[in-house]
Amino acid sequence: MMAHGVPLSWYLILSAILFCLGIAGFLFRKNIITVFMSIELMLNAVNLSFIAFSYQLRQVNGHIFTFFVMVVAAAEAAVGLAIILTVFKNRNTLDIDEISEMND
Amino acid sequence: MDIFFFLLFATVAVGCGISVVMQTHPISSALSLVGVMGSLAVLYLLLGAEFIAMAQIIVYAGAIMVLFIFVIMLLNAGAEQRAGRSLMVKVLGAPVLIGFGGILIYFFAVNFGDATPVHFGAFQGGSARAIGRALFENYLLPFEVTSVLILIAIIGAVVLAQKEME
Repeated sequence: MMAHGVPLSWYLILSAILFCLGIAGFLFRKNIITVFMSIELMLNAVNLSFIAFSYQLRQVNGHIFTFFVMVVAAAEAAVGLAIILTVFKNRNTLDIDEISEMND
Repeated sequence: MDIFFFLLFATVAVGCGISVVMQTHPISSALSLVGVMGSLAVLYLLLGAEFIAMAQIIVYAGAIMVLFIFVIMLLNAGAEQRAGRSLMVKVLGAPVLIGFGGILIYFFAVNFGDATPVHFGAFQGGSARAIGRALFENYLLPFEVTSVLILIAIIGAVVLAQKEME
């Protein structure tokens, strides 16, 4: 059942759409946890590009890069959520507009 | 068949992605993000990346999202109130974003429109064996440096989350 394959550009376009959704969440949301999740969404979109190019070039290097991105994302999530916990403990809010210490 | 699976899971991914951005409650966003990651894992499988697909499920959808949901539950975060955004984001945000996305999509469609189509099973290099070989032969130093990074992250998380001594 070998029908026509999927064009590679569709994967890349899906990756671009997901990346833009991540930016939209990053720009428009107020909750610091949701902003953080938008960053994870952007990382996932980039990973999809890596895997698609890895397929196209028949090389495993893109998979390795994705693997490292996952490791860094895990470390980032641990530290970032610890920071969010500390911020909430000190300020008692998750709204990024109310956490504007560096502004004034 | 490839096209059917791609369209199905691409639609799920985009739908869940929109849901991540539109939901007001963080828990709903987090569960939508799990949906995005699950459907991306299926797309990785279609691209022949078996190991990365499993790692995606275990590390992203499993570990990282559990951490997120754990923190959301711990902080008892409620739905966010629609606070006023800054004027610049309100005026420029959506048009610039759509323009950026349009340019990206145009670029991909023009430059990779005639690339060879993706067939499931045409690329077998994504097995755990191939990844392991590449990781421990060509990328041994970055792999070892990663362990230092994770150690620093553990220490940092513990230091940040501990009670402050007065």
